[in-house]
Amino acid sequence: MSVAFTRDWLLAETPASRAQAAWGRRYRAWLGLRANPLAMIGLAVVVAFVLLALAASLLATHDPGAQDLANRLARPSAAHWLGTDELGRDIYSRILHGGRVTLGMVIAVVVLVAPLGLAVGCVAGYFGGLVDRVLMRVTDVFLAFPRLILALAFVAALKPGVESAILAIALTAWPPYARLARAETMTVRNSDFIAACRLTGAAPARIVLRHVAPLCVPSLVVRITLDMSSIIITAASLGFLGMGAQPPSPEWGAMIATAKRFIFEQWWVPTGPGIAIMLASLAFNFLGDGLRDVLDPKQR
Amino acid sequence: MTASPMIDVDRLRVSFGDKEVVKGVSFRVPAGECFGLVGESGSGKSTVLRALSGLNGAWSGRIAVAGAEVGPKRHRAFFRKVQMVFQDPYGSLHPRQTIDRILSEPLLVHGLGDVERRVAATLAEVALPAAVRFRFPHQLSGGQRQRVAIARALIAEPEVLLLDEPTSALDVSVQAEILNLLADLRRQRRLTYVLVSHNLAVVAHLCARIGVMLGGEMVEELSAEDLRAGRAQHPHTRELRTLSVGLEEV
Repeated sequence: MSVAFTRDWLLAETPASRAQAAWGRRYRAWLGLRANPLAMIGLAVVVAFVLLALAASLLATHDPGAQDLANRLARPSAAHWLGTDELGRDIYSRILHGGRVTLGMVIAVVVLVAPLGLAVGCVAGYFGGLVDRVLMRVTDVFLAFPRLILALAFVAALKPGVESAILAIALTAWPPYARLARAETMTVRNSDFIAACRLTGAAPARIVLRHVAPLCVPSLVVRITLDMSSIIITAASLGFLGMGAQPPSPEWGAMIATAKRFIFEQWWVPTGPGIAIMLASLAFNFLGDGLRDVLDPKQR
Repeated sequence: MTASPMIDVDRLRVSFGDKEVVKGVSFRVPAGECFGLVGESGSGKSTVLRALSGLNGAWSGRIAVAGAEVGPKRHRAFFRKVQMVFQDPYGSLHPRQTIDRILSEPLLVHGLGDVERRVAATLAEVALPAAVRFRFPHQLSGGQRQRVAIARALIAEPEVLLLDEPTSALDVSVQAEILNLLADLRRQRRLTYVLVSHNLAVVAHLCARIGVMLGGEMVEELSAEDLRAGRAQHPHTRELRTLSVGLEEV
């Protein structure tokens, strides 16, 4: 389409095409988000982290795996901006490369969890009855497990590593999304506009996919951004317990775990990755809060 | 009356749990006519309509549309014949879909082609400007929304329209516009209406025959002229009439 994305075109009260109406709605959401400074800080930090992780090999001053035993546990200096760890590896370079592992895990978990939770919740909420009871009891079973312990058991049963950690976190993270999607679905399933959809003769699958699920997505997106921080922390905890990314892979949690012996004498070793975890979690939380204000359908 | 009426409801009973809310209601509507169901809230008139439309499957008795008996589960072809307009135009349109999307949905479901032209033509038919097409429901007024709801019901070219208090959520000046639109559409498209309302004036304006419901039963069926002339037999009908005349004088 050859239409320019001008401000007037986006904010037109009477859009002339489907695309213009859709882009107009997105642009209004963006304007709402932009008006929230905390959300913008969160977004900026998240984008910065992703870019830093992607460009890690360009920005790193050292090879994250290169050991220099003569120079172990060195203080931050011009050569090693954040110091070196117990094997003389440059912490700054390891944090950059570790961002790939940690953020990659988070994204993989979300990609696995969100569609599963949405599907289970929408189907249970829309059909109700026996389907609802069976699906929700399964959800309850997973919800009943302490998250970290189930993840630990799961990782221990498989081999420890990034893939197992992703699967384990995904396995324990989906039930809240299913509950949320179910609750959202139940608020709309008896509404007149869904009744009108049923009166068009549409198949239940079509109603769930095209009419119910889109209404659940905004609150799910908000919840996921708010949960990103806890996924990061779970991933880091698994790494800390030696069940996540394996050495020499530079995962933030694992970096803190190996540094716990020097936490009082060489404080800079765990501080770098710790700050990275804190900033990423905080940024996702700010972003989630801002998105809730913009996307939550109940506030319209 | 022709051999088989468009709608034939015989001893319809509907229960919610142990409570029977419709206790054996029967009526027939010939093709092209409008039948009104009046009664106070809780009299079961909307429940009759929902059973008729296929939204509520827990009924017993006999329902036939265009000579063919229908069961609790309806086939897709049924929904091309029979459509419904809901009471609340604020709740009956999907809040995150444009008018265009809402109107094209029935066409996509029934596999009807020519979506562009049909949507534009139906919008024109319910007297909505073309500019409304890509707006969202929250950008429209109540009357405009109810026109969209009517357009959605009409777009797959049904023969029967079930109207569940189509004007009671609108303010008075808009009510008259919607009622006139419904009357015009019925004439142009030779539609059969079943209109549910608690407002006798609305029903008498649109319908030739009227059924009065009380406590899940139809206590009287009479013509609109008889009602206007005050020839009602049942005390409840007279009571409703007195009420609505009284309201108009206020």
